[in-house]
Amino acid sequence: MAEAQNIPSGSTTTGSIAVAAESTVATRMSAPPSYDVADFPVPHGREEEWRFTPLARLKGLHDGSAAAGGPDLKIDISAPEGVTHELVDRADPRVGKAGKPVDRVAAQAYSTFEKASVVTVPKETVLTEPIRIAVHGEGGTAFGHQVIELGAFAEAVVVIDHTGDAVLAANVDYLLGDGAKLTVVSVQDWDKTAVHTGQHNALVGRDATFKSVVVTFGGDLVRLHPRVTYAGPGGEAEFYGLYFTEQGQHHEHRLFVDHEAANCRSNVVYKGALQGEDAHAVWIGDVLIQASATGTDTYELNRNLVLTDGARVDSVPNLEIETGEIVGAGHASATGRFDDEQLFYLMARGIPADEARRLVVRGFFAELVQQIGLPDVEERLMSKIEAELEASSV
Amino acid sequence: MATLEIHDLHVSVEAENGPREILKGVDLTVKQGETHAIMGPNGSGKSTLAYSLAGHPKYTITGGTVTLDGEDVLEMSVDERARAGVFLAMQYPVEVPGVSVSNFLRTSATAIRGEAPKLRLWVKEVKEAMERLQMDPSFAERNVNEGFSGGEKKRHEILQLELLKPAIAILDETDSGLDVDALRTVSEGVNRVRETGQVGTLLITHYTRILRYIKPDQVHVFANGRIAESGGAELADKLEAEGYEAYTKGGATA
Ligand SMILES: Nc1ncnc2c1ncn2[C@@H]1O[C@H](COP(=O)(O)OP(=O)(O)O)[C@@H](O)[C@H]1O
Ligand SMILES: [Mg+2]
Repeated sequence: MAEAQNIPSGSTTTGSIAVAAESTVATRMSAPPSYDVADFPVPHGREEEWRFTPLARLKGLHDGSAAAGGPDLKIDISAPEGVTHELVDRADPRVGKAGKPVDRVAAQAYSTFEKASVVTVPKETVLTEPIRIAVHGEGGTAFGHQVIELGAFAEAVVVIDHTGDAVLAANVDYLLGDGAKLTVVSVQDWDKTAVHTGQHNALVGRDATFKSVVVTFGGDLVRLHPRVTYAGPGGEAEFYGLYFTEQGQHHEHRLFVDHEAANCRSNVVYKGALQGEDAHAVWIGDVLIQASATGTDTYELNRNLVLTDGARVDSVPNLEIETGEIVGAGHASATGRFDDEQLFYLMARGIPADEARRLVVRGFFAELVQQIGLPDVEERLMSKIEAELEASSV
Repeated sequence: MATLEIHDLHVSVEAENGPREILKGVDLTVKQGETHAIMGPNGSGKSTLAYSLAGHPKYTITGGTVTLDGEDVLEMSVDERARAGVFLAMQYPVEVPGVSVSNFLRTSATAIRGEAPKLRLWVKEVKEAMERLQMDPSFAERNVNEGFSGGEKKRHEILQLELLKPAIAILDETDSGLDVDALRTVSEGVNRVRETGQVGTLLITHYTRILRYIKPDQVHVFANGRIAESGGAELADKLEAEGYEAYTKGGATA
């Protein structure tokens, strides 16, 4: 089940499948989850959850020195008829309901934001147009909290776009009522200087379907935690991720799928391409199948394509199984190089070098994008990839 | 009529203890419509010759000339050589993750022909070529050489030969590792291209077996980095009977 191939030097692709009585996913964190930033010690960098992250580039989000200020973050929400949007206090029961912050930066965001934004799709409302949330920074520092709530049997697509420059710590909660269907596309298309951290918690109701698409191109440092827990049996969660990490960028995606309810499914596919000196991608895929989660079916996959020397990937799938009564569980991680031999082969067929590289990257991502199953999202992503390829030195 | 002229070609590779000369003065002329078999023992430098002609960066040309219709091939980049009409079917084709065969073939044909082939005609052209090589249509959706068997890799190389229609085709041990059925299929593919009269073929092989299917105009024995003897098809019969010993004795072959 685990595979590791062609690992470029300076990269790790390690995997484990542990059959454990007690989860280590929780115990290897330096502090238990909490809403209060004071419950987390300031990280020094050697903690399991921080060891891949360049703390100095977090601009003080991790040690309390970052303060909200500078030009306001512009948040523009456009939603079809029937959707409500409100600003609420931390005390609102919907805020934080999908999951507690698991690290100090997420807790910092939770402890610091002023108002949380709540977007609600009433029960049985089926949207034909996406809800769009445009987040644009102009150099300021901000803390935020967003809740997307779908009532029972509601269906929606949400597209969240991040552009410009900012230091942003913001968590997002997705609350799916029974039988609801939510697809979320979060695009991190920041300027090269931005810092963005966030914990994305999904709480998936009975028989509900959650699909997360995370696309990270920009920023100096992006560190996200897409997570899911199931509120009842029969839920389904799919996580698709795509990152294109260039010179000097740090892109870190830390997934956690918590199977506690029975008969739920999860599928994780993350793919990244890296190029340039000190491009660094981190992928952590933690899947926990608790003793109560009989009938679970889960698979997670991370693939990386290293286009040039000097880039580094750390890919760590981790599957913990506390019950044998499951449908399936597997993981795979592979980091491959686009090497001189591939380049030679394509060029020997008349294809110029730059086009050869683009061909490889485009194909690599297309495989993933085609699985998303939403034609307009797929089209938009492919043209985004095209634009990114045009702009990059690939 | 396209002519590839190799004159006094010397090629080195970077070895642990400095540069090592592999090709020690190769002279050969291949004209469109001709088929030259190059036969030699393992390590005699056959692949080095093939890669050097295609422009692989591992090989350093230290002397001599290669021209295609008078144009200096050695000055050209790898892709320029391909577009000028030089095709290399590789002994060990390379896996390219994320790139489907169909996408690869079309991109390549577009580069070689200078314009994108009309989609409908192209689909038909590829489909028919694949049928002739007994390749399953699902093949087109797989990633280039990824998980291909040895025989599939070689069919895929010859598929490209048929689609790209080069002026000079260098086939590096296309026959190695094929069973008799695959060998016949692949040879028929090569012969279809040869019969157009539009290609000059450099058929590199270790064994005489493929020469039952592909009849060369000339046979060259390759030993110790140069052509040791040239002759007609009858030279292959002599090699079949006597092996390479006469050529390797005293010569340094790895
Ligand atoms: N990178 C390299 N470093 C050192 N020796 C090499 C290298 N590549 C090829 N050679 C040597 O060059 C010689 C010719 O190799 P090759 O052209 O592959 O022969 P053939 O195709 O006839 O079997 C062999 O002795 C081989 O070991
Ligand atoms: Mg060889």
